[in-house]
Amino acid sequence: MKAYDIMSASETPCLHEWRTANGDHDSCKAASSTESANHDIMSASETPCLHEWRTANGDHDSCEAASSTESANHDIMSASETPCLHEWRTANGDHDSCKAASSTESANYDIVIIGGGPAGLAAAVSAKKNGCESILILERDRELGGILNQCIHNGFGLHTFKEELTGPEYAARFIEQARELGIEYKLNTMVMDISHEKTVTAMNRTDGLFEIQAKAVILAMGCRERSRGALNIPGYRPAGIFSAGTAQRLVNMEGYLPGRKVVILGSGDIGLIMARRMTFEGAKVQVVAELMPFSGGLKRNIVQCLDDYDIPLKLSHTVVDIRGRERVEGVTIAQVDPHGKPIAGTEEEYECDTLLLSCGLIPENELSSGMGIDMNPVTSGPNVNESLETNIEGVFACGNVLHVHDLVDFVSEEATAAGKNAAQYVQTESDRNACAAEKAETNQRNASEQITLNPIDGVRYTVPHTIRIDRMSDTLTVRFRVGNVYKNCYVSAYFNDERVIHKKRPVMAPGEMEDIKLSREKLESFPNLKTITIKVEEA
Amino acid sequence: MYDVIIIGAGVSGSAVARELSRYKVRACVLEKNEDVCTGTSKANSGIVHAGYDAAEGSLMAKLNVRGNERMEQLSKDLDFPFKREGSLVICLHEEDREKLEKLYERGMKNQVPGLRILEREEVLAMEPNVSDNVAAALFAPTAGIVCPFGLNIALAENANANGVEFYFDTEVKEISPIEGGYEIRTNDRIYQTRYVVNAAGVYADTFHNMVSEHKIHITPRRGDYCLLDKSAGNHVGRTIFALPNEKYGKGVLVTPTTHGNLLVGPTAVDIEDREGVNTTREGLDNLMEKAGLNVKNLPMRQVITSFAGLRAHEDHHEFIIEELADAPQFIDCAGIESPGLSSCPAIGEMVAEILREKMKLQPNPDFVGTRKGILNPETLTKEERVQLIKEQPAYGNIVCRCEMITEGEIIDAIRRPLGAKSLDGVKRRTRAGMGRCQSGFCSPRTMEILARELSENIEDITKSGGNSKIVVGVNKDSF
Repeated sequence: MKAYDIMSASETPCLHEWRTANGDHDSCKAASSTESANHDIMSASETPCLHEWRTANGDHDSCEAASSTESANHDIMSASETPCLHEWRTANGDHDSCKAASSTESANYDIVIIGGGPAGLAAAVSAKKNGCESILILERDRELGGILNQCIHNGFGLHTFKEELTGPEYAARFIEQARELGIEYKLNTMVMDISHEKTVTAMNRTDGLFEIQAKAVILAMGCRERSRGALNIPGYRPAGIFSAGTAQRLVNMEGYLPGRKVVILGSGDIGLIMARRMTFEGAKVQVVAELMPFSGGLKRNIVQCLDDYDIPLKLSHTVVDIRGRERVEGVTIAQVDPHGKPIAGTEEEYECDTLLLSCGLIPENELSSGMGIDMNPVTSGPNVNESLETNIEGVFACGNVLHVHDLVDFVSEEATAAGKNAAQYVQTESDRNACAAEKAETNQRNASEQITLNPIDGVRYTVPHTIRIDRMSDTLTVRFRVGNVYKNCYVSAYFNDERVIHKKRPVMAPGEMEDIKLSREKLESFPNLKTITIKVEEA
Repeated sequence: MYDVIIIGAGVSGSAVARELSRYKVRACVLEKNEDVCTGTSKANSGIVHAGYDAAEGSLMAKLNVRGNERMEQLSKDLDFPFKREGSLVICLHEEDREKLEKLYERGMKNQVPGLRILEREEVLAMEPNVSDNVAAALFAPTAGIVCPFGLNIALAENANANGVEFYFDTEVKEISPIEGGYEIRTNDRIYQTRYVVNAAGVYADTFHNMVSEHKIHITPRRGDYCLLDKSAGNHVGRTIFALPNEKYGKGVLVTPTTHGNLLVGPTAVDIEDREGVNTTREGLDNLMEKAGLNVKNLPMRQVITSFAGLRAHEDHHEFIIEELADAPQFIDCAGIESPGLSSCPAIGEMVAEILREKMKLQPNPDFVGTRKGILNPETLTKEERVQLIKEQPAYGNIVCRCEMITEGEIIDAIRRPLGAKSLDGVKRRTRAGMGRCQSGFCSPRTMEILARELSENIEDITKSGGNSKIVVGVNKDSF
């Protein structure tokens, strides 16, 4: 068994800008490739760009509500005093439309988007641009933008905007578009349940428990971090063990220092970025341990985040014990064999008060599973077709809830497609309803022309998983990840048994998302196409 | 001078306090940690055993069966989660059938109701995920599962509501006899009392030996556990035990929990350290191996946390509940290992009865035997929930997204008597932070609520009291 194989297929190996560790071999193009140290010294207080535009729109109350100083007043605030706390509202702070919407007990929307992070925002903007007028974003956090709000380093947006932005700046670009388009959203709102019939049950302080009937739903809930428990690291359970993202939130958004002497497990870019961040804030980062024999981060991040601050990186090492009953007092790090098992006799003790874990991300699909969506065991996300539509008609998925991405730019791209497809679905549905006979005909056509994508030989999964030729765009991007590091290999696509695409790739790694483009014309011209097999081939 | 001082706010001490509060008595509980339910009571299997394990005629057997009997009504009176879902002891090899039959016979002698030996097909029909190698099983329909935190907290709150005082962060250092009773020196102050109840778990021998020449010895026996995600919660519908092993008792079990997770454990390792609740690699590996013997296809990738607890194993494996012969007015409640949780209602009764008799206690006319737990909005109808949020908007604000716990529940957990003071305190009372992300998302928000409710700074909020602060300062404060 090769070292990298110890990540099992079902594990969603950690990928990306905001992610992973012990098995965190990925490189995170995202956050990292262009990150520059200057930008990292921006403190949290400099970055609430979201608040700024709200204030500019006279939406002052919501600005306060969204800030981290929100506290004691919470309970005594009435809806009338704080009209913008979390009530209905359009992105430009248009109170009239808020009221209009909130006056109905059970509202109907054409598209309800679950999650107001990068995926949800891009999907909303795209759906609106493609003609859908009735869109609502439901966001559980205090502000739109999702996890980007705590990613205050830069390097985001090179593909999308051809410039380097911080996370909050990148989010603000989309929030601004949403504002211009008048897209409605609700903050501090938790979706409790989505029925098979697309009735969304949600809850917040102001509206209570309420239902919304959607014609289409876009799932954009993102992901969560793998916890210490899921990693099964033995030892005590004291204070001072944080997932890297939690620590990032405490430091970058709340201004609190989680610890002073730090060990980090996982060398994905999030681990590396937090190593530097903690150093900037006055902590001593002693070591970064990485289970894999190579770093998950980019070379330049290792230079800029570790080497520049004399932080050692220990490859093929993991944490085998945590000491300290109340607060972390130290950890033991040991070398691992090629199967990831600790080697006896290689233990080294580190005194520290904090252990940060950057050990992988897991798509948050509890709502999806609950509504009966067919899940993919490799991605832990839904199985989708060329339209990013799940097995439930009119329910789409995009972003990290579908599969964990490396670059936010690709999230935006994918979500843009999902938004467009959802808008088209809503349009087609209303057309179909106008003509029932045609509906039956369309359904029949759907069933007959489905192509299955078959990932094998080093390709772990593909998104999408199936293609209906008549529904695909002229060019369809198929995204996938490989399960190992490959040098000078080919990515091949076989249409049935015939090799049609053979693309040379100098380096492929599990941490970087790969893609191939399929042209509709080619698929249409291939007789009796049933399966497209995608695999890695040696030179 | 107190009438009674109880050492330890675990499930035994709290059960004694609650039963004692039925009488007119001045009593208090001294607890060395910051909260109730922080030792053995918080890290165990959460099983209410049927009562076939303990030796025939033993106190363990008697109190187990009695505790089991009382648990259901108690759970209604005190509003904590309990389910009588039954248990199976799995016999994998025909040659072990004799052991299973012995267990059945012992159960019959212990007067455990409803015991039956099931054959292979019947077992698999009942629990399809039991190993295909199963030969037979002992079915105990009266076995159940309980939320150990819920039980312990409910007992303590009810005792407190009926007048028993609780002092936390109060560690007993010395106990010496004085005229009419005992003087107890703590880290904090000196207490005087007529009677002492020693319910100190793994420390019970320490206190016993301070006052008695007849020494007892308690070994902390560590058990590692893994808790699995709710998505694995239906893997089995009942508690699945292995055949008991001579040396270390009931072995590794697989059970649903009252909150819908799946629990696997415990291992059994005798250690010296009475605070040694660290899990070990060997322990966790051992767990995986053993659990798989009786239950197939265990989704161990769904593990969301692992933890270890200590059983207070007395050398003779028997509960010691009595007034000491050479130390009158000092009552032991020692050696309370499994089935201690199951027995606690009966332990409380028994100790309270000893005290009532000795002190000629009169009934407490103000005793209220019921207590309302933290409202779980999921138990409400939609209309009730809408109304609740209208009245108290905090119930509309989800803080813990994995367990769907609202700010309203967290505020209740903090404000109620003996309320939560730390993240773990909130977690044990509400489950906020106990879900699949293990508090990654909600801990900063729960910290805010704690700071606000307790008028503390965020920097002073702890995981579990003492030196367990979550953050150590603010950014750049060392420059």
